Amino acid sequence: MERRVNYENDLNLMATELRLGLPGCGDDEPQRKTNPSIRNNKRTAPEISEVSSSESSSSVTMSGSDDQDSPPPAKEQVVGWPPIRSYRKNCLQSSKRNEVEGMGMYVKVSVDGAPYLRKIDLKVYRSYPQLLKALENMFKLTIGAYSKREGYNGSDYAPTYEDKDGDWMIVGDVPWEMFISSCKRLRIMKGSEARGLGCV
Amino acid sequence: MHKKMAFSFPDEVLEHVFSFIQSDKDRNGVSMVCKSWYEIERWCRRKVFVGNCYAVSPRMVIRRFPEFRSIELKGKPHFADFNLVPDGWGGYVSPWIEEMAGAYPWLEEIRLKRMVVTDESLELIAKSFKNFKVLVLSSCEGFSTDGLAAIAASCKNLKELDLRDCEVDDLSAHWLSHFPETYTSLVSLNISCLGSDEVSFSALERLVGRCTNLKTLRLNRAVPLDKIANILRHAPQLVEFGTGTYTADVRPDVYSDLAGVFSSCKELKSLSGFWDVVPDYLPAIYPVCSKLTSLNLSYATIQSPDLIKLVSHCPNLQRLLVLDYIEDSGLEVLASSCKDLQELRVFPSDPFGAEPNVSLTEQGLVAVSLGCPKLQSVLYFCRRMSNEALVTIARNRPNFTRFRLCIIEPKTADYLTLEPLDVGFGAIVQYCKDLKRLSLSGLLTDRVFEYIGTYAKKLEMLSVAFAGDSDLGLHHVLSGCESLRKLEIRDCPFGDKALLANAAKLETMRSLWMSSCAVSFAACKLLGQKMPRLNVEVIDERGPPDSRPENCPVDKLYIYRSIAGPRFDMPPFVWTMDEDSGLRL
Repeated sequence: MERRVNYENDLNLMATELRLGLPGCGDDEPQRKTNPSIRNNKRTAPEISEVSSSESSSSVTMSGSDDQDSPPPAKEQVVGWPPIRSYRKNCLQSSKRNEVEGMGMYVKVSVDGAPYLRKIDLKVYRSYPQLLKALENMFKLTIGAYSKREGYNGSDYAPTYEDKDGDWMIVGDVPWEMFISSCKRLRIMKGSEARGLGCV
Repeated sequence: MHKKMAFSFPDEVLEHVFSFIQSDKDRNGVSMVCKSWYEIERWCRRKVFVGNCYAVSPRMVIRRFPEFRSIELKGKPHFADFNLVPDGWGGYVSPWIEEMAGAYPWLEEIRLKRMVVTDESLELIAKSFKNFKVLVLSSCEGFSTDGLAAIAASCKNLKELDLRDCEVDDLSAHWLSHFPETYTSLVSLNISCLGSDEVSFSALERLVGRCTNLKTLRLNRAVPLDKIANILRHAPQLVEFGTGTYTADVRPDVYSDLAGVFSSCKELKSLSGFWDVVPDYLPAIYPVCSKLTSLNLSYATIQSPDLIKLVSHCPNLQRLLVLDYIEDSGLEVLASSCKDLQELRVFPSDPFGAEPNVSLTEQGLVAVSLGCPKLQSVLYFCRRMSNEALVTIARNRPNFTRFRLCIIEPKTADYLTLEPLDVGFGAIVQYCKDLKRLSLSGLLTDRVFEYIGTYAKKLEMLSVAFAGDSDLGLHHVLSGCESLRKLEIRDCPFGDKALLANAAKLETMRSLWMSSCAVSFAACKLLGQKMPRLNVEVIDERGPPDSRPENCPVDKLYIYRSIAGPRFDMPPFVWTMDEDSGLRL
């Protein structure tokens, strides 16, 4: 309250004494005691936290709460600061992930009958057998052997993928490098359904 | 004498004269000369600009301008870009589309910024406007690829489809296939914001192949490097091109194919995209660098040496967007190589890190300001600044029209003297007499606002964060900045006094945003009651403002002038203060 009274006096004075002098000339404004620390972690001006009865929920937030994959934040972050658009922030985060994990290539994996999708990083694998083994482990199922003529006939499950043109293909038909560059998502179908796919 | 004057020019002659007047401001000026000019002008205005979609109602616009062909609307306040405006605040375009669908079958162009657009609206556009040509959606959200499919399918004369920084729901990659095989009129396509599942490459290639007038093509990140060559082969006439992800295993055949195709693009002036850049593939664009005037590398996570090499090849660059990986050394090279540079934006690569990860300081900005005589627009993120540097910049570059400086840590003082940066920014406003837009940062007292109020006479937009000491700061700005149209403030100790003392000023501005400041609910109510032509919106997710004492500060405040009165599409956390505000809550 005292601060307000001081301020009122200031306003009256300044209203008559606003000068057009050049910047830097001496004046008699009370100099605000400046905080010398460069790294200042204050998020709101002290006046605000005195006055508001409850901490505004929107002024401070923990980052990373919506993105489990990113490393823990360096410090608490203020909403909307620094002023960077969400799209750019997301790009930065995914670039970081790539830097850390070496240009990851995440694709969604669905399994017929399972309620949730998973995501795997295709760049981690070097060959089809490695990938299939990983899928078997992840979903606790058996995929069985691939054969050029019959695909995964005889298996409970058959892995398929959607390529860049939107077509669904059997995993294993094309060379690994080509598969890696064209696979958009994986779907592990029940063996019975897969028999209808890609049979020539 | 009066009568003679009024009949001395037939309407058609005046209309013809007015047709040379394109700018909105001038058109508005023309319409205020006299009643007959108002009448003639309103019938021949072809482009309407509405800077705040709530300032006026669709019906009012249609009533006044019966024959416009092009409309531009803006919705949410600018701080919505940084998540300060809660979802659901407003900015819905549907009432506008619905009104225009009935009244304007001949509407050709719609440009929207920060608005909520639904698939239904897009479908209505596709259905209602037979000669529809241009759709530009900038920072919009609320629609999916289904809406885009409707546009593609029905708009036979579409020339421009530009989705900038939009949030689009990914439903189907095949919306592009909805452009009929007979459709060839595309001139500009920007899908850079679409996600990974939203484009089918074969449809894209076919589309590009048959649209021989295509001048602008900006792809999204999902388009891999090896697809670019094919696409460019179909469109060597492109003037503006945005790549997708610019990464692949390094293969000589892919590289030479790409370099060859770039060489054949003789008209290319602008490049963008470059997500996930692999430096080895950058030289593929060298053949076009000497003609480039615009380069957006702001997603390119490559280091300074590669950036320097690239920039040295582009002597005609006018516009550069880049990450702070360029560092001071890169900006020095820029300053010596690119004498035509007009606009520079340097974005932070690690904004949330506690320590600087690159050597980019105020020196880089000083170098560019000294070296580039045409530089007028700057957006610069850095971690330290000094008054000395700012004064040097201001003295050497008085032609700045846009100066936006973001020192990443709030309230950072001058690193040399530990003083506030008042004097530095004061020099900017004093020397740069044509400054239209300014964003402040760092440690700032009321003093900087005194400078701004005194000198920044052409300033139209000011952004302030974590600055000032008292209401005096706000008072200086509101009472001094004659041209001020938009003021946005966050986390400053500005309260009731300055706002109420300058209430009339608010009617001369488009809008004022204040969040996490010290404006009380009582002051908001008073303002709403006294100023019927202002919409005073209190945005508070903590609950109704009257559930707290009146002198409690509101969380967020958005004030804008309006002749449409209070809006009725507000979510539960927004309250408009008006004459009855005491009763309505």
